[in-house]
Amino acid sequence: MTSTTVIQIQTSPHLHAHRSVDMIMRNVVYALLPICAYAVWLFGVSALALLIVSTGACVLTEHIACRISRKESSVGDFSVVITGILLGLVLPPGFPLWMAAVGGFIAVAPGKMLFGGLGFNVFNPALVGRAFLQAAFPTAIMTYTQPLADHRFSEFIASTLAIPLMKAAPVAALSSATPLMMQKFDHVSSLMSALLWGQHAGSAGETCAPLVFVCGLYLIIRKMMDWRISVSMLLGVAVFGAFFHWMNPAQYPSPLVELLSGGLMLGAMFMATDPVASPVTPRGMWIYGIVMGLITVLIRFLGGLAEGVMYAILIGNALSPLIDNLTQPRTYGERKAVAP
Amino acid sequence: MGVLDLITGKRQLWRGVHVPEFKDQTCHLPIRRMPFAPLLVVPLSQHAGNPAKAIVKAGQEVVRGEPIAEADGFMSVPMHAPVTGKVDRIALAPSARGDLSPAIYIKTYASASQEILYGAPQDIETMTGEEIVRAVQATGVVGLGGAAFPTHVKLRVPEGKHIDTVVVNGCECEPYLTADHRIMLEQPGKVLHGARVAMRAVGAQRAIVGVEDNKMDAVEALKLANGVRSDIEIQAVAAKYPQGAEKMLVKVLLGREIPSRGLPSEIGVGVFNVATLAQIGDLLPNRQGLIERVVTISGPGVTKPGNYLMALGTPMRFALEFAGCTDQAASVVLGGPMMGAAIGSFDVPITKGVTGILVFTHQSVNGRAHMFPCIHCAACVDICPMHLNPSRLGMLARKDRYEEMESDYHLSDCFECGCCSYVCPSHIPLVQYFRVAKQMNREKKARV
Repeated sequence: MTSTTVIQIQTSPHLHAHRSVDMIMRNVVYALLPICAYAVWLFGVSALALLIVSTGACVLTEHIACRISRKESSVGDFSVVITGILLGLVLPPGFPLWMAAVGGFIAVAPGKMLFGGLGFNVFNPALVGRAFLQAAFPTAIMTYTQPLADHRFSEFIASTLAIPLMKAAPVAALSSATPLMMQKFDHVSSLMSALLWGQHAGSAGETCAPLVFVCGLYLIIRKMMDWRISVSMLLGVAVFGAFFHWMNPAQYPSPLVELLSGGLMLGAMFMATDPVASPVTPRGMWIYGIVMGLITVLIRFLGGLAEGVMYAILIGNALSPLIDNLTQPRTYGERKAVAP
Repeated sequence: MGVLDLITGKRQLWRGVHVPEFKDQTCHLPIRRMPFAPLLVVPLSQHAGNPAKAIVKAGQEVVRGEPIAEADGFMSVPMHAPVTGKVDRIALAPSARGDLSPAIYIKTYASASQEILYGAPQDIETMTGEEIVRAVQATGVVGLGGAAFPTHVKLRVPEGKHIDTVVVNGCECEPYLTADHRIMLEQPGKVLHGARVAMRAVGAQRAIVGVEDNKMDAVEALKLANGVRSDIEIQAVAAKYPQGAEKMLVKVLLGREIPSRGLPSEIGVGVFNVATLAQIGDLLPNRQGLIERVVTISGPGVTKPGNYLMALGTPMRFALEFAGCTDQAASVVLGGPMMGAAIGSFDVPITKGVTGILVFTHQSVNGRAHMFPCIHCAACVDICPMHLNPSRLGMLARKDRYEEMESDYHLSDCFECGCCSYVCPSHIPLVQYFRVAKQMNREKKARV
């Protein structure tokens, strides 16, 4: 200390936990990588190309949107990378690449940047993109292929390289149904082993529920994801699914099958937990998860679609500000309201 | 007591955060006396309430321990001369808040023995509650845990209230600080004596000492000093910040909540810090005044950290030079790093409410981290010890909706522990926003 030592004045707290948004988002990307790798192993170069295109489209859209609005590019916070990867993971592996690029644009431009970017989007951007694609290209998004095809590492699935706005003719021949579709429309149950190992038709990243669960567990253990939302959503599906199964075991499969099939695990672990679009209050999180679980079951069992996770989460997103308002925590020492 | 307490077998705070402790630097160092500075600056306002009124004149000689300022009303305390010397002048001095306030400057007699000759014994056992209150006021003791609230005011039980339990706060949950730890370890008898004086004054039959379990040696020392007497219970609680906040500790130890904007006396509790009680236990029997206190000097910017017994009014510059403050010093904080205020001048003196002096270097000072938008991760909601919704409050603050923060989201219940700012991954200065909002609301109220 000398007579000329300059000291800074800052307000307390003078300590900070070493956590930041980009660090959390980067870790979510790390947690998604094993799922991507498994998808590529199952579906080959088509899945790889799909993931690259969807992620690239999302990142590019956000970068350009920031440029247009004369803001510093927010690509560095990695949240848009998650959106891109998730979008790729929830599309069928043979999905035409140009459509995936359109989906990426829709997910980020109107789904996120128009609201004000990270932190302001009402809905999970990846699901906004997928919902748009489902409406715009209903055939392509319902066209699934079987995993572990022979030449999957040397040949693209025919539909992958479809030319924009032209009919993709060879798709129908290769199409196969997901376990949920078979259950719902043909009343055929899938083998438990196929469900466990994810070796069945489905979206690129959703097939292997145990793997998705483990990857999500990594984030939960590192406290970078809220376990209450995942647990309550899975619990919601299990409880309501069990109720239907108990009512009519012949028509409705056991809750375990429900938990392992479709996009539920990916949705519950990585999409419903998107902090931006979910409630912040402890009670709100439980209500939010259970509501999404209920809607998933209702769509799967009573609706026209085989899978309902996407709409369940989007409806949950829409409800979350309301849930937040209704579940404000009781403050320490709060006095009971005295009648005036 | 909650489910978690039953599982872990320990009483603890549910909310709050685990902050790195940094206590190793000083917790094993015994309390040492710091020499007297050649010029001491004794501000007349070192406590909550009315400033004291000076009763000495420039040029007057004072003896160590002699009263130099008298209390101005009940919500005030007197000051005593921290050294034998000569009053140099009564003039403005810089304070930790950044403004100037009147202070008595005393030049130390270098050759004086600095023996405390002032004071006379008194028998506490025969005194009534009101007499104890008056005697405590005469010692000038205020809350030494940082709040500097006059202790005698807390000892006078409001009309119609009954206090059944005295809670003794030995948590010291702020990182770096170890002064209370050393006091409990080295002067457990004085702490317990002070606690019994407080029990007598408020008419409580029992006391509970809450000590965080990172200071088990202090727990043992207190238990040993207490022996077989059952009126005082010594309770270890799991370490967590901000357990040392009075509202938190009362909830952890007794399961009672202090009502919003209320006092502990409303739920039959009086809360006192261990350092405060040790001073009362020490000063009251001899009718002496508070002239020194234990201060932790620590942080990466000092080479001789430690717990120093310092004369009140010692200028910061003198204290830091003695503790070996390095050239790397970039920020000096009074109190703990979570709630303490950074000072803007080395001429600020040590006052009754200073628990620690922390020196941070350029490497350790928080850089201006990039601020991200709120991602609603709920980390702040999960840790807020008052169960507020800092996320929502922060959003309202950014939109200047200060009144809504108060009317709908309990802004005034925030005691500014800083946990929300600490955990926020977006680096949003939440508690700083709340301070601004409270100030704006106060100013608006004052205008009406």
